[in-house]
Amino acid sequence: MFTNFDFDVIVRSLPFLFYTGMTFTLTLTAFATAGGIVFGTLLALMRLSGTPMLALPAAGYVNLMRSVPLVLMIFWFYFLVPYIGQWLTGAERPILVGPFVSSLVTFTLFEAAYFCEIMRAGIQSIPRGQVSAAQALGMSYALTMGYVVLPQAFRNMLPVLLTQTIILFQDTSLVYVLSISDFLGAASKVAQRDGRLVEMYLFAAVVYFVISFAASHGARVLQRRTAIIR
Amino acid sequence: MNYHWNWGIFWQISPDASHTYLQTLLLGTFWTLATALAAWCLALFFGSIAGVIRTTPFPWLVRLGNAYVELFRNIPLLVQMFLWYFVLPEIVPEEIGTWLKQLPNASFYTAVVALGFYTSARVAEQVRAGIMSLAQGQRLAALALGLTLPQSYAFVLLPMAYRIILPPLTSEFLNIIKNSAVAITIGLMELTGRARAMQEYSFQVFEAFTAATMIYIVVNIVVTFAMRAFEKRLAVPGFIGAKQQAPAH
Repeated sequence: MFTNFDFDVIVRSLPFLFYTGMTFTLTLTAFATAGGIVFGTLLALMRLSGTPMLALPAAGYVNLMRSVPLVLMIFWFYFLVPYIGQWLTGAERPILVGPFVSSLVTFTLFEAAYFCEIMRAGIQSIPRGQVSAAQALGMSYALTMGYVVLPQAFRNMLPVLLTQTIILFQDTSLVYVLSISDFLGAASKVAQRDGRLVEMYLFAAVVYFVISFAASHGARVLQRRTAIIR
Repeated sequence: MNYHWNWGIFWQISPDASHTYLQTLLLGTFWTLATALAAWCLALFFGSIAGVIRTTPFPWLVRLGNAYVELFRNIPLLVQMFLWYFVLPEIVPEEIGTWLKQLPNASFYTAVVALGFYTSARVAEQVRAGIMSLAQGQRLAALALGLTLPQSYAFVLLPMAYRIILPPLTSEFLNIIKNSAVAITIGLMELTGRARAMQEYSFQVFEAFTAATMIYIVVNIVVTFAMRAFEKRLAVPGFIGAKQQAPAH
């Protein structure tokens, strides 16, 4: 089975795989997670605001994003972002957007829907009495959320947020459909150039497995350490 | 916006010369659903086995089940699809490899197998959680009655567990429909693939993707409603989610 397995092709392409590919994957994961959590928290606050004017559009957005495959969304935004850019900047024609910005917008907006549901569950896990107590102390909505509810919601949801980040990390491999050199894209390019599909895809699988496995193990440890004893 | 809208495009003949663009999208929907359903059967079968062995009293079986779940959960679906499609035919004996490569509809079978095993790990988690949520006494009572371990699973534990985990299984089923779009990378012409092809041939990007998005939403709504009716019928009385009994006056 491994008689003509060529380890050398992996060693030769390591710099390309990690400097170009893994850097792209990890940067995209980090920025999309940060953006997704911020935007997702805003969406969660909108959904829980009790004002239909805010709650309905947020619910519609979340349900739309959650019922469509990520691959389709990647295509959508790949073609849509230049037009959005044109609209925002008032340019003459659709602006040129690089692959990184395009995928960053896609993943931020897509994952925001999932982070929204996580944060919503987190906010709802806080006893209502705490909100009443904060208001009784004279705290405004912003102060109540910023100092009482959200810090606890984040803490309660930290393991779930981390799990979602691992899913996001795995999902970034889908930018392959835009021929971007993320980690899998880089591996695939080497594989096709050198005709070494077996080696490169197995290696990519091992790398993804090790990172995701270690991270999900970390999430479990974190869950044990941050669990609040009630 | 200087984009040229043309909604009439759906009634024009596509480059395959026999179907309109709308018909090609509906054909794509058929392949999406066929892939999802076939993969779902695989996922339920292997997921149930893996989930059950993780709750047995044999440590080595539990470890095997855990390893199975970790393996399929920690590798991205796209990479798994490539492994089944490009790598498997190369590492099996040559005759089998050649047979696999010459299989008609190879991308369909590969997508079904890849999606099935990927989702089976998630189903296994749910099955395990469902069995663990039952009172320990049920298992002990079944064994005390003289049922063998397989019998206690088949007649006592699993029938309850499946009814409890039906709602999370519904969302896994919705996921498998969405995840089938990943098969576009191995050349399966499912809904997303057809929309992409339509965009490439007709240059009507937004019409093609709008139609595909609408179809996904409709499928999603139909499945959700069907499953909700099913869940209501099968809900276990007395559990959260079961229809509340009217309080006695």
